[in-house]
Amino acid sequence: MSTPTTTSSAAIAASTPSFGLGIGRSLRLGFSRIKLEVRSYFRQGDSVFFTFLFPVVMLTIFAVAFSEQNFGTEEEPLTAAAFYLPGMIAAGLLLSGLQNMAIDIAMERSDGTLKRLAGTPLPVMSYFIGKIGQVFVTGVLQAALVILVASVAFDVELPSEPSKWVTFAWVFVLGVTTSAVLGIALSGLPRSGKSATAVVIPVALVLQFISGVYLGFSMLPEWLQNFASIFPLKWMAQGMREVFLPASFEVMEQSESWNLPGVAIATGLWLVIGLIMTRITFRWIRKDS
Amino acid sequence: MNTTAPVVQVENLRKTYGSFAAVDSVSFEIQRGETFALLGPNGAGKSTTIEILEGYRDRTGGSVSVLGVDPGKGGLAWKARLGIVLQSSGESGNVSVREQLTHFAGYYPHPRDVDEVIASVGLEEKAGTLIRKLSGGQRRRVDVALGIIGSPELLFLDEPTTGFDPEARQQFWQLIRSLKADGTTILLTTHYLDEAAQLGDRAGVIAGGKMIDIGAIDEIGGQEARTPRVRWRDANGKHEERTHTPGAVVASLMAAGAEPTGLEIVRPSLEDIYLQLVSDHAHAREVENAR
Repeated sequence: MSTPTTTSSAAIAASTPSFGLGIGRSLRLGFSRIKLEVRSYFRQGDSVFFTFLFPVVMLTIFAVAFSEQNFGTEEEPLTAAAFYLPGMIAAGLLLSGLQNMAIDIAMERSDGTLKRLAGTPLPVMSYFIGKIGQVFVTGVLQAALVILVASVAFDVELPSEPSKWVTFAWVFVLGVTTSAVLGIALSGLPRSGKSATAVVIPVALVLQFISGVYLGFSMLPEWLQNFASIFPLKWMAQGMREVFLPASFEVMEQSESWNLPGVAIATGLWLVIGLIMTRITFRWIRKDS
Repeated sequence: MNTTAPVVQVENLRKTYGSFAAVDSVSFEIQRGETFALLGPNGAGKSTTIEILEGYRDRTGGSVSVLGVDPGKGGLAWKARLGIVLQSSGESGNVSVREQLTHFAGYYPHPRDVDEVIASVGLEEKAGTLIRKLSGGQRRRVDVALGIIGSPELLFLDEPTTGFDPEARQQFWQLIRSLKADGTTILLTTHYLDEAAQLGDRAGVIAGGKMIDIGAIDEIGGQEARTPRVRWRDANGKHEERTHTPGAVVASLMAAGAEPTGLEIVRPSLEDIYLQLVSDHAHAREVENAR
């Protein structure tokens, strides 16, 4: 057994005043957290399956099950894979962000991870950078995989105009960030890690059904469409439809328009709400519980 | 910085949950470089006290200073000077021992060398193993390693050796002695009285939220509690005599005739003294409640 070397406490005391120098240190530790979080994510079998691969699995099921059906018109046919692609990408945003974060952080709260971190000089900001970074990295890989499978396995024609990809980029970045932040805000809701899955998954599932992910949004009654419009997923899915569906589908949207400004405003609003909720509700630990 | 000021100063600490006082006017000090053992039965208030000092819980009353800072207001720079080994940990542990320690080392301004720390807790062969694949005792060693990675001035050890086999416990004691030799101040809670006796300079005994005794390890409980006992057997069965002159007792036994069987002269261990203190306290409470 060897003796660890110690830095003298005088040296520590001397360096303490400069220690608080915030932003640079928060960012450095934030990136260090992202590395650790991503590594840990892909080593967790259930999160890889239920969060990461889920949209690909669902896309495959729909594409195969409805392979004989035409989702377009006589003149402009559309395969099931092409029809479901935007919805699956939007679902991925919700799963990688909201569902994954809400469950992950609730688990970390109940298994003692957060308590341990609370006792270290890790800034809360770095922890959040790590979480959002993890969502971003896994979300990008997930979307790339869904698009790749759609294009290679099911011959879905991808948009060629750069403007469509610009829309894709901003809807994606805004959507994934909003979804992650809302997940962090929601993580305080379950009272224990074990109940987190039971609380969060139904919420996410209902949202997916009413927001045009599994059921065509135009099939829903108007009151349900209006209700779904309160939540951000409907808007993310709508943004993705603008990117991947033919222009002739625009008339089937609410107000017969892709309404991209609406997508930006509604999603942005939820981002702000999520940030405020996180700021108010997030604690490393529930004191005195 | 005033180097002669106590590292931990607790005065009349009080923590109540409703009408229940988990900690009731507890006071103690820990000097720089000292190892202080906080002893007491489960639910006595040990962990509540230590968690208040770590900044995890708010106090109801009294004053607390840890490294010159009120733990309720301790910031990141204050936390960087502490090492905390919590009582329990159940993290998913999807990273390896070395990955976890390397990551945590980055939090501190003057971390120890990761490989040296891994070696000091005896996990060299497990350095590349995912933490979730380790045994309970090995995970506990990771907890200890994470507690010391930042070269803390003050180390909190809340029941650190639970689940260790005897050999691992011996190794752990060796590690703590080397930390003490480096000048680390340590606050230890443990259920193993031999551990407290091996490592502690002073001890405090908490029962029912109150500090019922405090003092140097070899003085706690008072002179009287340390009275040696002479035990032997004869035709009439077992005998035990408390005496300050055990030699004279043995001599008188010999003078009486036959060599006694199973002759022992025992000095009460810290465990004996502790158990006596706690049962005296429980008894006093019963009497008080009966009134």
